[in-house]
Amino acid sequence: MSDLDAFRAETRAWLEANCPASMRTPMPDREVVWGGRNPHFSNPDSKVWLEAMASRGWTAPLWPKAYGGGGLSNAQNAVLQDELKRIKARPAILSFGIWMFGPVILEYGTEEQKLTYLPDMVHGRTWWCQGYSEPGAGSDLAGLQTRAVDDGDAFIVNGQKVWTSYANHADWMLCLVRTNPDAPKHEGISVLLFDMKTPGVEVRPIKLISGASPFCETFLTDVRVPKPQMLGTLNKGWDVAKRILQYERTNISASGFGGGAGLELVAAAKEQIGLVDGVLADRDLRSRITRQKMYERAFNLSMKRAADEAKAGGEVSHYASVLKIAAAKLNQDKTELMVEALGMDGLGWEGDGYDAGALKATRDWLRAKANSIEGGTSEVNLNIVAKRVLGLRDHQ
Amino acid sequence: MSFALDEDLTLLKDTADGFFSERAPVSAFRAMRDAGATFDEGLAGEIAALGLTAALLPEAAGGSGMGFRAVGLALEAEGRTLAVSPLLQTGMIGAGALKLFGTPDQQAHYGAGLADGSIRFALAIDEGPRHDPRRCETVLVNGAVTGTKMFVQDGGSATHLLVAARDAGADVLAVVPADASGVSRTARTTVDHRDCADVIFDVAVAEAILPLGDDGLEGLLDVARAGVAAQMLGVMGGAFDMTNDYLKTRTQFGQLIGSFQGLQHRAAAMLVEMELTRSCVIAALLALDSGKDAREAVSIAKARAGDTLQLVTNETIQFHGGIGMTDAHDSGFYIKRARVLEALYGNAAFHRDRYARLNGY
Repeated sequence: MSDLDAFRAETRAWLEANCPASMRTPMPDREVVWGGRNPHFSNPDSKVWLEAMASRGWTAPLWPKAYGGGGLSNAQNAVLQDELKRIKARPAILSFGIWMFGPVILEYGTEEQKLTYLPDMVHGRTWWCQGYSEPGAGSDLAGLQTRAVDDGDAFIVNGQKVWTSYANHADWMLCLVRTNPDAPKHEGISVLLFDMKTPGVEVRPIKLISGASPFCETFLTDVRVPKPQMLGTLNKGWDVAKRILQYERTNISASGFGGGAGLELVAAAKEQIGLVDGVLADRDLRSRITRQKMYERAFNLSMKRAADEAKAGGEVSHYASVLKIAAAKLNQDKTELMVEALGMDGLGWEGDGYDAGALKATRDWLRAKANSIEGGTSEVNLNIVAKRVLGLRDHQ
Repeated sequence: MSFALDEDLTLLKDTADGFFSERAPVSAFRAMRDAGATFDEGLAGEIAALGLTAALLPEAAGGSGMGFRAVGLALEAEGRTLAVSPLLQTGMIGAGALKLFGTPDQQAHYGAGLADGSIRFALAIDEGPRHDPRRCETVLVNGAVTGTKMFVQDGGSATHLLVAARDAGADVLAVVPADASGVSRTARTTVDHRDCADVIFDVAVAEAILPLGDDGLEGLLDVARAGVAAQMLGVMGGAFDMTNDYLKTRTQFGQLIGSFQGLQHRAAAMLVEMELTRSCVIAALLALDSGKDAREAVSIAKARAGDTLQLVTNETIQFHGGIGMTDAHDSGFYIKRARVLEALYGNAAFHRDRYARLNGY
């Protein structure tokens, strides 16, 4: 038996013994685990499952063991993911820390920062948020104005962040600040890490057109951040920021904007509209649903292709923007078609007159409008493809 | 199966890319067109000598036991330079038919001819201008074929016609030598200036019969469709690269036109569509190689390749402006070839309908 086969056998046995039965069922939205200082487990098995996975470092399987990670090789991780998929295991935790911030702390952090922040991410003890956008700095992120002024052993931060996902739940923020207002805009930015309980941090949720409030405004008033909490080099924060965006786009694409288990488009259309001679009675909708289904398949195949090519050592960095653009279109088209197929049932807001699936379809459709804005607009990603992949240059 | 290329496939791709770009660039097609020719026997012989036309067959039959994925790489290379080659009709469809439905004796007999270039096939399937494999009035009676096939690609230069026919209600593929008694061929002049002919069979004796069974005709057509889709990847890649180069050289308003965001976004959007489509075409070829049901994967590939190629070739002319409308420029060659490939063996609408039926709506 090869080492990898042995690892597979051992992993399978461990998962069999440690993954609770209810963690092998589809996850309703209310049972999603985000962790944090005040974690919420509406299903007690979720806690058992998180603790088991974290004890092996398998919530961050590729990170070094010294920082709480699993210390697995790429090949071992592929086996682990295979085995998790085989038993339909739920993700033990959803974590911006593990997806985006941990990897850059590993790359840019000091030894002390790695030891301080990474194990808490692995165990789901901290919930991180991303202090990026500002009222005046959306697509033009590098135009951010939040100031950090040197005050001896600390920075004093003043400014406002917006669209901070789940800042109202988060324990820590990774925050982009301007440390040199006189330098060109990309060269005066630094990255600070701070506790959301630090005096001067105030968070207000923003209500969206879908009725939900996944994003917040974050006001920073004389927030004192000790200097050892700066990540990377002073005024070189834009490099870190860009790297995080790559991780963010890849993860948004990989998770397909979530959405969770809802109605399936073809089934819903058949039920609402019916078949004539085996063919959906609305021929126009049928054709557009088919284009969407093919687009979805094309996207999923491309995710697999990017993974295969990365594994084979190919250059795949350009896929991040390509797939982000495609993921947004995919989800927007899908949710539009669902609302169309459901007719007036797809336009209910709340109440007993609508079933849960239809209400979710309405909210998903509205939520999806953000998909081409968040994590870099589709237009910004088209700029990136034009410049980095096609080699087209800026207007002179 | 992995989407990534292994060492053998990388070597094949490099060989095919190098061969077609050096030996059969678009300028070679232009010279043929200008000379009124639709076939280059010398080029066809060199492609056979490279082992590409017999590649699908087992070694015992003169081939190299390669898969559809491998031949797809060569078809893409060929499409990129718009080369006139027997690769699709002979290397993909003919060798594919022998691989899937031929006896070892048939494989060995025809394999030798494929390998030395003396045999070239052409699939004779449609009996009208729109692809409709259910419509088949051509019959096989007492070993002889009678019927009319239209728009046969490579029909004028092929040495053997692969004729889809009904034999007492069953689907068969009859191999009829082009010079057999009872075969008459009429060349068509098509917009892409390729070899295309209508063929009338009047009690023409078949040299071999390949029984197709219940699903075999669709299985063979799916090989053809996936081959066309692979070629379409090459055509769109060639057109797109030419266009992207133009964006980097053409100046207006004192700027390279590639610096205008209106064009940058459209170019980038094309690249997104091409990447998505490429994944579908590879998946279709891999599905054929797996031997499992490939119908859905092939229809997705052909439909998406059709839509993407239409987008790219239309934009190729628009991005080039007036020069793209001239016969002296290659834009026209790409869009003309693209539309023929789109109509061949089912257009995007045909394959969307097929996908929907396969999925019960």
